[in-house]
Amino acid sequence: MEEFFQQLTNGLAVGGIYALIALGYTMVYGVLKLINFAHGDLFTIGSYLGLTLLTSLFLSDRLGPGAGIVVLALMVMGLVALVGALLERVAYRPLRHSPRLSAVVSALGASIFFSNTLMLIYGARFQVYPQGILPKTAIDLFGLYVPLVRVLILGASVVMMIALYAFIQKTKIGTAIRAAAIDQDAARLMGIDVNRVILMVFLIGPALGGAAGLMVGLHYGQINFTMGWVYGLKAFTAAILGGIGNIPGAMVGGILLGVIEALGAAYLSIAWKDAIAFGVLIFILIVRPTGLLGERVAEKV
Amino acid sequence: MLRLVDLRVKYGNIEVLHGIRLTVKPGEIVTILGANGAGKSTTLLTISGLVKPSGGAVTLDETPLHKLPPHEIVRRGVAHVPEGRRIFGTLTVQENLNLGAFTRSDTGQISKTREWIYELFPILAERRRQLAGTLSGGEQQMLAIGRGLMSRPRILLLDEPSLGLAPLLVKTIFETIKTINASGVTVVLVEQNARAALKLAHRGYVMELGRIALEDDAAKLLANPDVQKAYLGGGAA
Repeated sequence: MEEFFQQLTNGLAVGGIYALIALGYTMVYGVLKLINFAHGDLFTIGSYLGLTLLTSLFLSDRLGPGAGIVVLALMVMGLVALVGALLERVAYRPLRHSPRLSAVVSALGASIFFSNTLMLIYGARFQVYPQGILPKTAIDLFGLYVPLVRVLILGASVVMMIALYAFIQKTKIGTAIRAAAIDQDAARLMGIDVNRVILMVFLIGPALGGAAGLMVGLHYGQINFTMGWVYGLKAFTAAILGGIGNIPGAMVGGILLGVIEALGAAYLSIAWKDAIAFGVLIFILIVRPTGLLGERVAEKV
Repeated sequence: MLRLVDLRVKYGNIEVLHGIRLTVKPGEIVTILGANGAGKSTTLLTISGLVKPSGGAVTLDETPLHKLPPHEIVRRGVAHVPEGRRIFGTLTVQENLNLGAFTRSDTGQISKTREWIYELFPILAERRRQLAGTLSGGEQQMLAIGRGLMSRPRILLLDEPSLGLAPLLVKTIFETIKTINASGVTVVLVEQNARAALKLAHRGYVMELGRIALEDDAAKLLANPDVQKAYLGGGAA
């Protein structure tokens, strides 16, 4: 039982990371009907920016470990959000009225551009996060000793998801984002500046993806310029699992995928980890192509 | 005063509006009649900015609207209730209405406008928490009109509000349009239901193949033998 709960908490933490990345895919898809294939690389950029800021600013020494990590996360999120906005402006906006395939090709191009830029700056080898950023203690959760970093990752991703959900559901701008995802022209007739909505989506999604990149660095300790590809695919799977375009779906899909993967790796074989995740993707596409929380009502004509 | 001067619109290389000239005075109900493909909807889409003209101008008082993006045109006081209603089906009735007031920030006044719309269409008040996609066709049309009014427009553009509705509902909608107009909103009404539209409107335009073929007081158009023959079912009235 101990083993099961350890794997469960691990799966929840990894699932939180998948969910944060999946939100970026699903929000962009919701508004633009575009799969932003460069999103996984924005996540990697977050990871590398976190490393650079950690090793150059010494925030934990200056502000203490708690405040240091929060400020670091906010800086990473802000910077990756800017990269995301730039990506939209340069790679996607000029193709807004082109066939959809053009934007997909542009996304793949942007992905290659980002990962190669990271390789040229940081080198092709794995980079190692400095140790001791977070104390290597375990937290006692009802008799279960869970590493602090795992608890923090799960806690932070849940907080960010709740904040995002409240923003999308309760605020005027959030409602405008949902409206633009349903019908852009109708949203324009409401006085909504759809370009600003799209910009907003390309700020929020990459910010969350960047935070996830930082979490992976802190959790696993080493990062590589190609890791965005696998994490991107996993998160994309999570978005499909929950129902692409659906924000709560991406959260549920991400957490679920993380748990399935962790338990599968523990009880079957670690070598099957990726096969299990993509097996889930194939299964859901066959059985329920709209995803778990896909479209709730049919449009009445 | 809304003015369309020599308005031309192209879809690709094909010109579909060949120089439309049209004026709407404050407080009027103006109807635009015509067969399918005459360019009625395109005319409204050009006023609200979703379609950009290849020539000519749309001006509201002295402001050239055709140079503004759609969301700015809404801010200038023009609301467009598009053909096919285009409500946000997966949002609630109330969220749809609130989106109509997106350009406004006067929270207290917004809820007053919403109460007024619930008075105009009491069924919407009953269904305020329901997803808009679950409403009947007639209720969706009411929601679309209500949503348009939420911006407190000076000019309301209505594209085929009677389309696909039962005759009794059409009557209700037309009566509500009259009430809306009486409250000081100028209305531009595109309709297939020519007789009902002409009875309601002060003036009318008849469009044929991207041109204005006729322009007159609604009563005179109603009595015009050519109009009767083409749009009112052969002069039986």
